[in-house]
This record gives sequence, C-alpha cells and structure tokens, in this order.
Amino acid sequence: MKAFDYAAPASLPEAVGLLASQPAARLLAGGTDLLVQLRSGRKQADVVIDVKKIPELNEITLAADHSLTIGAAVPCYRLTDHPAVQAHYPALTEVASWIGGTQIQGRASLGGNLCNAAPSADSIPLLIALSASAHIAGPAGRRSVPVEAFCTAPGRNQLTPGELLVSIHIPAPPPRSGAAYLRFIPRNEMDIAVVGAGASLTLANGVIAAARLALSSVAPTPLFVPAAGDSLLGQAPTPAALEAAAQLAQAAASPISDMRGSAAYRRHLCAVMARRALELALSRAQENQ
Amino acid sequence: MSTPTYNVIGTRPVRHDGADKVTGRALYGADLQLARMVHGAILRSPHAHARILRIDTAKAEALPGVFAVVTAADFPPAPADKLVDFGEGETPLSSLRGNILASGKVLYSGHAVAAVAAVNAHVAAEAAALIEVDYEPLPCVLTAPEAMAPGAPILHDHLPNGNIAETVHYEMGDLAAGFAQASLIVERELDTATVHQGYIEPQNATAFWNTDGRIQIWCSTQGSFVARDATAAVLDLPVSHVKVTPMEIGGGFGGKINVYLEPVAALLSKKAGRPVKLVMSRRDVFTGTGPTPGSRVRVKIGVNPEGKITAAQAWLAYEAGAYPGAMVVPGAMTVFACYDIENILIEGYDVVVNKPSTAAYRAPGAPNSALATETVLDEIAEKLGLDPLTLRLRNAAREGTRRADGPRYKRIGCVEVLEAMQASPHYNAPLPGPHCGRGVAIGFWFNVGLPSSATLSVNADGTVNLIEGSTDIGGSRASLAMQAAEVLGLRAEDIHPTIVDTDSVGYTGVTGGSRTTFATGLAVHDAAQLVVEQMKARAARLWAVDQVAFANGVFSSNGHSLSFADLAAQLGSTGGPVSCSATVNPKGVGGSFAGLIVDLHVDPETGKTTVLRVTSVQDAGKAIHPSYVEGQMQGGTAQGLGWALNEEYFMDAAGDMRNGSYLDYRMPTALDLPMIETIIVEVPNPGHPFGVRGVGEANIVPPLPAVANALYRATGKRLNRVPMNPATILGL
Ligand SMILES: Cc1cc2nc3c(=O)[nH]c(=O)nc-3n(C[C@H](O)[C@H](O)[C@H](O)COP(=O)(O)OP(=O)(O)OC[C@H]3O[C@@H](n4cnc5c(N)ncnc54)[C@H](O)[C@@H]3O)c2cc1C
Repeated sequence: MKAFDYAAPASLPEAVGLLASQPAARLLAGGTDLLVQLRSGRKQADVVIDVKKIPELNEITLAADHSLTIGAAVPCYRLTDHPAVQAHYPALTEVASWIGGTQIQGRASLGGNLCNAAPSADSIPLLIALSASAHIAGPAGRRSVPVEAFCTAPGRNQLTPGELLVSIHIPAPPPRSGAAYLRFIPRNEMDIAVVGAGASLTLANGVIAAARLALSSVAPTPLFVPAAGDSLLGQAPTPAALEAAAQLAQAAASPISDMRGSAAYRRHLCAVMARRALELALSRAQENQ
Repeated sequence: MSTPTYNVIGTRPVRHDGADKVTGRALYGADLQLARMVHGAILRSPHAHARILRIDTAKAEALPGVFAVVTAADFPPAPADKLVDFGEGETPLSSLRGNILASGKVLYSGHAVAAVAAVNAHVAAEAAALIEVDYEPLPCVLTAPEAMAPGAPILHDHLPNGNIAETVHYEMGDLAAGFAQASLIVERELDTATVHQGYIEPQNATAFWNTDGRIQIWCSTQGSFVARDATAAVLDLPVSHVKVTPMEIGGGFGGKINVYLEPVAALLSKKAGRPVKLVMSRRDVFTGTGPTPGSRVRVKIGVNPEGKITAAQAWLAYEAGAYPGAMVVPGAMTVFACYDIENILIEGYDVVVNKPSTAAYRAPGAPNSALATETVLDEIAEKLGLDPLTLRLRNAAREGTRRADGPRYKRIGCVEVLEAMQASPHYNAPLPGPHCGRGVAIGFWFNVGLPSSATLSVNADGTVNLIEGSTDIGGSRASLAMQAAEVLGLRAEDIHPTIVDTDSVGYTGVTGGSRTTFATGLAVHDAAQLVVEQMKARAARLWAVDQVAFANGVFSSNGHSLSFADLAAQLGSTGGPVSCSATVNPKGVGGSFAGLIVDLHVDPETGKTTVLRVTSVQDAGKAIHPSYVEGQMQGGTAQGLGWALNEEYFMDAAGDMRNGSYLDYRMPTALDLPMIETIIVEVPNPGHPFGVRGVGEANIVPPLPAVANALYRATGKRLNRVPMNPATILGL
C-alpha cells in the first residue's frame, strides 16, 4: 500500500468542495471495503477523504410516518442497536447484523455497502425491495435515484466525479407489509452470498397489493426483478403464487461460475432463496395486522 | 496389568504459557523488533509453469530505501548433484533450493522468484513489483490423473518416469485367492482436493547474518533443529553456523516443518548487513507453502457372508505438488492399517503437478486413503445388513496383526476404540428427524520416535526449571512439566518449562509425528530420574546413610525425612546445585487409533450441511493432561470436517488459486460446528513409562469418511469427491 493524503471534512459543503478539487480522491466511510482493497492493491489512492465527520452522513432519522433516512456513514451497529428501527424494519436490522462480524459492524455502513456496488452486497436487494432511494450531493446540487438504478457494473455506481452519497431514504412501509432478505452461504457466517434474495410484500383485502423482489450475486449488479413482484399483484398469497414469482426471478438471473459456486448451482438457488424470502416477507406482512 | 496411580498425570493444571497467550503478551515471530532491522518482500510467479528467461533487479535496487535484492543466483555455489539429508532421507539440494527461490523454471503460481529487503514492508513490496521477470509460459498440469497420462506437460527433466516421482508397492498373501473366497465385493474410487492446514499464524522469519559468518534466525517453526539443519543445508554451511530461536507458534499441523523464508531472510541479511524480517500474507501462505495433496484412491474389498474381509486392494495417486514427496507412502501404509487382512495389494504413485509443493498435514496421507476404505466398508455393512461398527470389529487389527507394509502391531487399541464408539451415548441416541444421517469411521496413525533432549535444574526454592527444545503447539509445556512433576513428586506448577534456541539444549526433533509428549516426555522422565538419583545422594550425605528412599516427593531413610523443597534448600551446602540432562532416541513408539461418529442434516433444497452432533474417540495410551488430549481430538475433528465439507484449493485452468483468503477458502468457523464430544480410550503403550501414545494426528483420519457415510444416510447418494459441498451434494 502506498502512502496517501488524508482529509476529514466537517461539513457537506466542505466535502463537496474538496471533492471538486480532488475528483480522483477515494471516499472513506467505515473503510471495511476500501482499506482491504487498498491493501491488496486492487485500488490505489493518492487522497482519501473520510466522510465520517460530516454530521448529515451520521444521522438516523425515523420520521413520524416511519419513513427512515440513514446517513451514508452510519455504521451497522447503530441500526442493529436502534429499538425503533428494529421494530419497524426487522429485515434491515437482520441485514445489518449479517454484514461481517462485531468488529466490522462497528465501522461498516450501508452507504459503503451501496457505493461499493458489489454484485453480492447484502443490503442492496433489501433496499431495492423496500423501494429505497439514494440521496446524492455534488457540484451541481442534490439529486436522488432509486437504489435499483444506483449500481451500474461490478464496483461501479451512478455517482459522477465530485458527487457523494449523503443518505439512503426508505419510504414509510405500508400497513400489512413485510420484508425479508435471505442469503445462501455454505458456512453460517463470514461468507459472501452465493445467492441472496430481498423481498417485500403488502397485503390488502386478502390479496397481494404490492411486491418487490431483488437478487444478489447473480448478475453484474444487484438485480431488481420487477416481473416477479408484478406477477403477484392481485393474487392470493398462495405457495403456488410465490413459487411462480420465484421462477420469474430465476429466469431473470444471469449468474457466472466462480469459486463461490457454479452458474447452475446459483441458478438453482435463485428460485429457492427468492421463494423463501417471499415466504418470510409474507409471514411478516401477516403479522403486521 | 494393574493400573498405576498418579498424582499429577491425568489432572488438568493451568498451562504454563496460558497467561501470556490470553493476555496477548506471548511473542510471535511477527512481533519481533531488532535494532536496525529491515523488512522483506517476496516476488512470486504469476504462472503455474514457465521458463524464467531473464530477471532484472536493477530498478528494484535503485529504489530509495532498498537494502538488498536476492534471487536463486545468490545461493552460494554447490555441486549441482549434491544430496542433503537431515533425518528424513536424501533430497537433492537443487530441489530444496528450487522451492525456496526458483531457478530455471517456475513450477507453480506463487513460486518464489526473488526477494527484497527495504526500510519498511511497503517499500519492499513496491521494490518487488519493480523486478522484471521474463517468462516463457508452459502448459500446466494440475491433477495426478492428468499428470500421469501420456503427453502430459513434464515438470522435471531428471525424473525417469515422467511426472511419477515414486511408486510404492505392498503385497501380502494371495489377492486373487482372497477375492475368490468373497461373497461380496465392493469397489469405489474417490478424489480429494488440495487443502491447507489453515494455521492462523502466517510463516515468518527474521535472520541476521553476522560478520563472523554466523547466522541467527527467529522464526515460527515446528522444529528449531530441523529449521537450523535445513537452512544450513540450503546455504551450504556447517550446522553450527546457524542458531535458530523458535518464537511462539500459532499453529503448524505439519506445515511448519519445511523452511521457506529462513534461508531467504539470511541471504537478504548478508547483503543488507542488517537483520531482515519476512512475514507472509495469507495469500502467500496458501500459494507459497505446503498444502496437503489432492488425491485419487481406488479401493476394492471382498468379504465373506460373515463380514470377514477376504481380500483388499488399493490404488493411490497423490499430488506431490511441484517437487517429489507426496504423502503417498504413509497413505499406502495406512489404507488398510485398521484391519486384520490376509490378502492385500497396494500400489501408490507420487505424482508431481503444477501446484505448491505439498507438506505434512496432520496424519499426512491417511485421511485421503481412509476415505476410500471406510466408505467401501460402510457400503459393505449396508449390503450385509450389519451394523457398521460390528463389521469393523469383526476385522479389527489387534496385537500381532501384520500390516501390509511389514510390521506386526504390539499392544494397540483399535478394538477398544470401536467398543467405546458402540457403547457411547451418541451412537445409541436417535437421529433428530428427516434429512439427517449418521456416519462412522475409524483411522490409524503412527507415532514417530526421533531424538529429544531436556535439562532439569533444581532451584533452591524447591521448584525445577525445565529446558527443552520442542516448540509448544498444543500444550506440550504442560504435558512435559507434568511428567517431570510426576517423577519428582512435585506439582505441575513447580516446574517452569522454557523452550530455548538450538545452541542451548540438546538436539530435539520436530513437534510433529505425534511424538512430543511421548519422546520429549521420555527425555524429561529420564532427566527427572537422574535428578532423583542425585538428590538421593545428597540426602545420603546429609544423613550419613547408604540408602535413601523417594516416594511422593519425600526423601527418607532411617527415620530421617525431607521434602523435595527442603532438600533443594540444602543443595548449596551439600555439594552445589543439581541439574541433569537426558537425550533419548526412543524406539517404543505406540501408534494411535481414532474413531468418529457424526450426525448431520442436509437441506434438500440448498444442499447445505449442518453438523448436528460429533463424538471423537481416540486411544491416548495414557492421557497426561486430558484437556489437551481432548483439544487435539477436537482440533483434528474440526479440521477433518472442514476438509470433508467445504475446503479446497479452487484453481482456475491456468493453475492460479482463486480462493487464497480465509473469506473464500471456507474453513469452518466456531459458528459452523457443534461442541465436539470426546471419549478418551486408554490402552497404555508398553514403550513409554507412563504408557503415552501420541494423539496429535489420528483424529483427523476418520472425519472424511464419517461425513461421506453420514451424507449417504441423509441423502441416499454416495459422492465420489471431497469436498462434499452443497453444490456437489445437489449434483450442480
Ligand atoms: C471481514 C469482512 C466481512 C464482510 N462481510 C460482509 C457481508 O457479510 N456482507 C456484505 O455485503 N459485505 C461484507 N463486507 C464488505 C463491507 O464490510 C461492506 O460492504 C460494508 O458495508 C462497507 O461499508 P464501509 O462503510 O466500510 O465502506 P468503505 O470501505 O468506507 O467504502 C466502500 C466504498 O464506497 C465508497 N464510499 C464510501 N462512502 C461513500 C459516500 N458517502 N459516497 C460515495 N462513495 C462512498 C468508498 O470510496 C468505497 O469505494 C465485509 C467486509 C469485511 C472486511
């Protein structure tokens, strides 16, 4: 690892200004991806800008309507330790508790997980299922994009030079809705999803009124499968309906073979994990009377 | 034979190094800081097989902060055909050197090509990247069956038989007649992937080549004397010119017997004129040290209707990696070692391939071959409708059984291990539900002897200093101190064990081969007996008597009596201090049998295995410190379960390892295994005063077949390749 300069701006305007003058700088939140990549030589940096000192990136805001805004640098442990987030977003708390172990969760942020744009990122399928959006600041001001449009290729995202992620916003979950994220790993911890599936589901009058499904590790980016969710609209939440949606998710996947699993195995798991995530989301929706 | 009673042996005192280890004060090689020390980095080959056309180090040498750059050309001149021998047979010096720094060709991706010493590790890494190497890539071959096939790329021109470096052949009785007597014959072929020992602490070495021509080395090694002898051999120096100080060791399992870094650090130090420290990264450890061979083993066993084995045949091909020396010989010696069989034929092949040169790993070679034997026996038991342990008991090796490789067993505990398994609560408990299976298997592993030395000095306060040369990997300070304490009638905590450098204690072989508690224990026992004799003589002088008795820590004669401590206080006035040394080269090695019962659950949709319950059973002869015997059994079982289920070197077609990190190598973590239950069987080894058998290794032999057998019961499928990971279980 080569020596680099380090800056820690204390405000968003300062950070945007610094970034404008150093467009090649690397942003550092928890560093649990970045530092590993710098040490292994996969990435280089001349300047590292630490975003953890910017107040807006460090806030968790649960609004009266229960919509949630998570600062881009908020470490996972603050989500898992937050009673109200636990109560309203059990699936999100679970994901935050699965990213790494205790030490990693003390640093790792959902913002970093999203910006790192790994196809296997655990939080992204759930954020997509929850209809989350990414709030961005840059030289041209602020903008917002749906999370499903944020990642563009493995390790690449929507951000243009000079931009940074400020927060992730999740709209208020409707009544009688539930969400879930499940990942398959051969071990029980410390592994990268061979396939992951995030799902959300809303019930109304005995039928499914809304549903979203996304997969990880089966495409160059976390994969939103609108067709899977749409297939459930107006349907009774039967095993057959969920299975059919899971089949659509499987059909949308284009997995590769690597050391973590063959394409055939991943394809098989898509249907299994999608169905199980839908089942768990459904049971949570049914509990939210 | 009546069972002796002991005061210390069999108890569970706190280990002497415990406080340092749990508080982080214990010093490992990477902790070492010396005045003027500089840091090294190694440049490794990106190719699995290539000719080295040119190495240009000029740019690296010119980088500010660089002190030295070395390549194979820096080895001192030695005759090209020189052979070296440090106790394990002759090896060509060229192979020994070739694996440390490649010359002529690189033979695996990760093969060390050059090294740099610089002011810090970052500059060293930057400099290593500036070394220019021109390669002519050659086709590579990665598995034994492919390497044995006609037309395979050839690794070494000097091997007479292509890539087959060695063959082994054991024959006993009349195979054809034996199979003719069989009413049932089962034959299976099973492959295993290359796996790594997975010790937590990466290899490291710091060396200082002094101006007087003497070299001092601090390193993580299983054998300081072996590290000394190998370094001296590689550098063509007398052994007395090298002094090795073993630092604390964070695991080895056989992988820290060979030297990789020590001679390189020494060469760098010679050029730099400063101490040089080299520490491997995890990827270096995976690609640049010695994993255990991948293998293909075919086993055919015939039985009569009662389940008595009438004939057994095995064919084994093990991947040596880049240089000859796979563990096919012990694989062949152990393939049928648990059973009393009249008619046997075993053929084995040691095959070089373009992967890291393999090294020992806990019972090296035995798990690979036991996998085949024990799954075939499972199938036979099923077809005969026999309990799998009953089938094994009908064929179990006993005292007097002859192994196919020659020796007849002395007193052994194979039957006792099987009986303990059969009587265990686990074996008699029901399985918890559907998609679950229970598997059993047994295995054998040798103990080796080899020399060991120890010195005991009595302190005036009644305690005793123990000086020894066996690096402590699994609690041997405690088990050695306890043997001294038993003889001296003291408490374990009255003995202060210290592991010293190669100039400060007599020759001591590796901590390996399940030998330390046995062999160094014998040296400690013998030294302690000498102490007792000298102390008796002091008491005799003090009391002016001829005969002094010693029992339970008390010297007595004619109404006089003194405790060990009270007599120790009077040594100054009775002739001065007492210290005694012993060096042994024992022959009475035992050998140990182990068995495993494993219950697991398979998720039929994902193929994921959950290990539900595990019981490891092993003959310890006599468990000196039962906790550390249990620790060995649990450790070997955990490693075997990981090997069986998920671990493997995942190589791409070009021979590059794609999962050289603990993230993707998938060793089990604490969350993947239940508490491993243990049952210690004690059939004393007649060759040791306390009956000790080495327990470090046999426990890793049964897990592979036990898992395979349990998976069969859970899924109805007999898989033919380890790891039996979720995708293989589903056939995807
Ligand atoms: C041991 C270990 C276990 C892990 N386990 C998991 C796991 O189970 N699941 C999983 O998904 N991941 C896992 N990870 C990966 C990593 O921890 C997560 O991706 C984590 O969420 C990254 O967050 P961070 O704050 O550390 O990001 P950083 O490393 O600080 O940043 C990640 C990337 O995002 C960029 N970035 C950071 N903040 C911003 C911003 N505000 N705007 C724009 N770009 C930004 C950085 O420049 C960098 O490229 C693991 C990592 C380790 C080391």
